[in-house]
Amino acid sequence: MATMTMIEAIRSALREEMARDERVVMLGQDIGQLGGVFRATDGLLKEYGADRVFDMPLAEAVIAGSALGLAVSGLVPVAEIQFLGFTHQAFHQIGPQLGRYRYRSQGRYNAQVTIRTPFGGGVRTPELHADALEAQFAHSPGLKVVMPSNPYDAKGLLLEAIRDPDPVLFCEPLRGYRLVKGEVPEGDYTVPFGKAQVVREGTDVTLVAWSAAVQLAERAAERLEQEGISAKVLDLRTLVPLDVEGLVAAVESTGRCVVVHEAPLTAGFGAEVVATVQEEAFYSLEAPVARVASPDTPYPIASIEDYYIPSVERVVAAVRATVNAS
Amino acid sequence: MSTDPSGADRTDTHDRKTEAALDVERTKAEVERSFAGPAERLEILGVDGALRPGTEAPLSVEQVLDALRWMMLSRTVDFRAVSLQRQGRMGTFSAVRGQEASVVGSSFALDPARDWIVPQYRELPGVVRHGFPLDGYLLYWMGNPAGGRVPDGVKILPLQIALAAQLPHAVGLGWGLKLQGIDGVVTTYFGDGASSEGDTHEAMNLAGVCKAPVVFFLQNNGWAISTPRTKQTAAATFASRAVGYGFPGVIVDGNDLFAVYEATRQAVERARRGEGPTLIESQTYRMGAHNTADDPTRYMEPVELSGWDERDPVTRVIAYLRGLGAWDDAAQKEMQDGIDAEVDAAIEAAEAFAPPNPEQIFTHVYATPPERLLQQQRDAQTANEA
Repeated sequence: MATMTMIEAIRSALREEMARDERVVMLGQDIGQLGGVFRATDGLLKEYGADRVFDMPLAEAVIAGSALGLAVSGLVPVAEIQFLGFTHQAFHQIGPQLGRYRYRSQGRYNAQVTIRTPFGGGVRTPELHADALEAQFAHSPGLKVVMPSNPYDAKGLLLEAIRDPDPVLFCEPLRGYRLVKGEVPEGDYTVPFGKAQVVREGTDVTLVAWSAAVQLAERAAERLEQEGISAKVLDLRTLVPLDVEGLVAAVESTGRCVVVHEAPLTAGFGAEVVATVQEEAFYSLEAPVARVASPDTPYPIASIEDYYIPSVERVVAAVRATVNAS
Repeated sequence: MSTDPSGADRTDTHDRKTEAALDVERTKAEVERSFAGPAERLEILGVDGALRPGTEAPLSVEQVLDALRWMMLSRTVDFRAVSLQRQGRMGTFSAVRGQEASVVGSSFALDPARDWIVPQYRELPGVVRHGFPLDGYLLYWMGNPAGGRVPDGVKILPLQIALAAQLPHAVGLGWGLKLQGIDGVVTTYFGDGASSEGDTHEAMNLAGVCKAPVVFFLQNNGWAISTPRTKQTAAATFASRAVGYGFPGVIVDGNDLFAVYEATRQAVERARRGEGPTLIESQTYRMGAHNTADDPTRYMEPVELSGWDERDPVTRVIAYLRGLGAWDDAAQKEMQDGIDAEVDAAIEAAEAFAPPNPEQIFTHVYATPPERLLQQQRDAQTANEA
């Protein structure tokens, strides 16, 4: 086991899978010579050559769309879209094309394509770099949406994604790239999709989160502990498929639930979590399920983003209200 | 300032009519310009069915007869499908009429054993020649998804409704074949309307950069539903765009079977040699409605008045064969009878196909459906049984 950052774990997965499976190719902007703007693909061009690592024109739609064609030709493409906010320029190729190719072709073709893309606030990026758009993709049938929060999961989920015969949107928490460290095994292992993980035990309330919001929830749980509130933290890991069983079990064990995410409140994936909890765990609830999310405004300019994205204080306040509700 | 709303309305209506009339004029002028001469446009078979001076037929008589059969079959399917649609036996259908030489001529340059077609949706005779079953094609438009499945081994991607979205797929496919050293050229079809989409730009740009073995076959049929070609671009030709992507753009008389075949053959050979993509602008004409839901009388002249009737691609080939003494009324009847029987059989087979089970909405969404989707399927079954 080695201690790795998120970005090192991701790079390790890519590098190992390219060695294991010669069909695996990488494509994206600045991923070759530069090694990616965050160095996720650093060294891969040198190691595997220009026939497997492609520096692409600045054109998101054709990165996603050509990945579909590359997959049909027999390759296994892993595409990088530099920021999740830039998938707006490619959405029509990701949702309705990649997501529906198996369905539209009645199973003749599948799109074994992984799209890696960083997102998330707190690192003072320019406009459209931080937007959390996961709900848009979770609403696109045929796609899988994977949101790792830590290095171990990042590597294991990425290997699972690359080997999945269906298209996977793999969202990487930009803030955690170098900040979040953890033990990561050398060599091959996968983390299955649709298995949420309890990352902190607790008895009074369950905080449900994914990606960078998991660390936020953990920090809030530490703060709450000092106040005598025991918070369980559940990392969903994947939104599609959603681990309904794990979610329900975690909520039932505490009777209270607060969902935390960086995306705007309305129609964020938290709404789906809350709806599922009330459908499946209503009679175990002792208080209304709360959401801590960003407000329904465009993502603001970097200097004031801390006011926009959920903070430890906002999570703590929501939990207090939930615990005091009954 | 006028305060009379009815007066303002009259002015608006008048302006719209004038604008529409201007469109027709502009389109006619454009058409005439496109027929101005062979200097920039590949033309082999004249409107009268005679070879143009200094040219020779690139297809043998046997091949021309084969091509003609596909063209006549296409037209027969068009008439039958529209009739079936009017009887409620067929969903929305887009006829090929007018574009038979464009579709068949280009498909004849492809080898179904190794080359790929990435279609839009108005290429029936091309995709059927390439291996897509006619009854399946009809079944799809009758509303049964089973018909949309390209048989295993047939090198065709699914029909595309999101216009130009197929172009990035074609480039990725061609590029992937090249990277793996697999012999195969990808021909993708799109129209003058789809050429305005951003995907067209992104795909052609990438194809130029990675020298993908792709033929971009642009059928300029004059219309994107009701929008005339003159409103798609201010460029003199669509082919001229290729310059900006670093590969050749050629113009062909799209109603000339030989010219279309020859231009596509050259583009395919170029791609096979590893020299990269070609854009072919096939100047043709949609001799009718966009599809069965469209009313072309609102925006275009009847084909009999537009001048395109006399440029009919089918009659031109027949005139050529007659000129060679290889065609007569008996031959025509024999071929048409054979086609009618084939189309009848295809319609019969499609209509005999079991109607789709609605529960198949749940199949082919994922290789392994998530539990949540399986639960929805069980819930749907329960609700429908109740």
